[in-house]
Amino acid sequence: MEPITFFAILFGTSVVAGALGALLGLGGGIIIVPVLTLMAGLNIHYAIGASIVSVIATSSGAAATYVRDRITNLRLAMFLEIATTTGAVAGALVAGLVPGRILSVVFGIVLLHAAWTMVRARQGDGQTGVVGSPLATRLRLHGAYYDPSLGRRVDYQVTGVPQGFGMMWLAGLISGLLGIGSGVFKVIAMDIMMRAPLKVSTTTSNFMIGVTAAASAGIYFVRGDIHPFIAAPVALGILLGTVAGTQLLLHLRGAVIRKVFLGVLILAAVQMIWRGLEGSAR
Amino acid sequence: MKTLSKSLASDGVGRISRMELLISYVLRAGVLLSAGIIVVGVLRLALTHNTGYAPVLPHQLPDILAFHRASGPGFFPTDPTAVVHGALAGKPYAIIGVGMLLLIATPVVRVALSVVFFLVERDWLYMGITVVVLAVLLLSLVTGVG
Repeated sequence: MEPITFFAILFGTSVVAGALGALLGLGGGIIIVPVLTLMAGLNIHYAIGASIVSVIATSSGAAATYVRDRITNLRLAMFLEIATTTGAVAGALVAGLVPGRILSVVFGIVLLHAAWTMVRARQGDGQTGVVGSPLATRLRLHGAYYDPSLGRRVDYQVTGVPQGFGMMWLAGLISGLLGIGSGVFKVIAMDIMMRAPLKVSTTTSNFMIGVTAAASAGIYFVRGDIHPFIAAPVALGILLGTVAGTQLLLHLRGAVIRKVFLGVLILAAVQMIWRGLEGSAR
Repeated sequence: MKTLSKSLASDGVGRISRMELLISYVLRAGVLLSAGIIVVGVLRLALTHNTGYAPVLPHQLPDILAFHRASGPGFFPTDPTAVVHGALAGKPYAIIGVGMLLLIATPVVRVALSVVFFLVERDWLYMGITVVVLAVLLLSLVTGVG
């Protein structure tokens, strides 16, 4: 393959990954890593380095729009960030003690179960008469944003703070243990457990994944895992893709976003189970 | 709830505080700057056919992509100081590296600005939480670099 072809393929894939990532609150790694590993001769270290870059680019690329439009719930993000960081530290500490392959399969099944729950229980934005819990009120986690697809302001309340916090801790643990992004788990925690509107869940997850990825990006950079020729098309493609992704999020209905999310959720679950069975987890 | 109704105007869009606008502008500027620098690096690489480091010709893809440890022959810079020096010398891979470091820094800047945001809002609980998050973030960045 010519270098220019390689560059173009990576750039194109990254545009799609950036758009999907900004829309769904996930890092682009879920799409980029399989494409990268399909390319012959590419070292797994570079694939992981590119994945880290893609997560930060997705998060920062979308951030300016989401902050301005106030969809991201900053308090929710910061409160839950405590859970993910302590979870990630715990994960890194026990990484050698727990078999990553089995965990990968287990969490893959957890994702499939979450997909099933989402199909059965929730539709649309998922905000029909959610009454906030007293703890969420005390923590001031409720919010409001303007939704262009509905043409009105959406006031919402959240609930299930301990469950959401616990799930977030697990999300951190998984990323610490398996070295994978955990945007899917973050969206699930906010959507299923805390019952925030889907757009709030994905944009708040979008913020959080960037913070988590930045914490480890320095290590990867110094280690030499972030290759300029691979990271450059990924970063540029993703940043361009997020422009489309943020517009999609603003103007698509929650119900449509939910369907796209379900598709990617199932893809992620299959990937995790596959990695576990094949033995390439971690 | 009181602050919420106060800060969201009745026009539906919501009045955005000056601090939030500032955060939005800083993030956009940071992202555009890093993207611009990466583009410059890529263009320079395409025009000169020289990475600025160990002589791997760009048309030999397997050589470009074979894994090289940072301690190895040095196919691209991984030490932040070396990245900056290389970029100032006009080396394409170092220029891309500067763009990457800037991109990595944007979430950190965002959390730091959030501390100021909660300070302005006089929300001490969330200022405390955000300071803790920032401290953990900086600690892991520093221990990774140091």
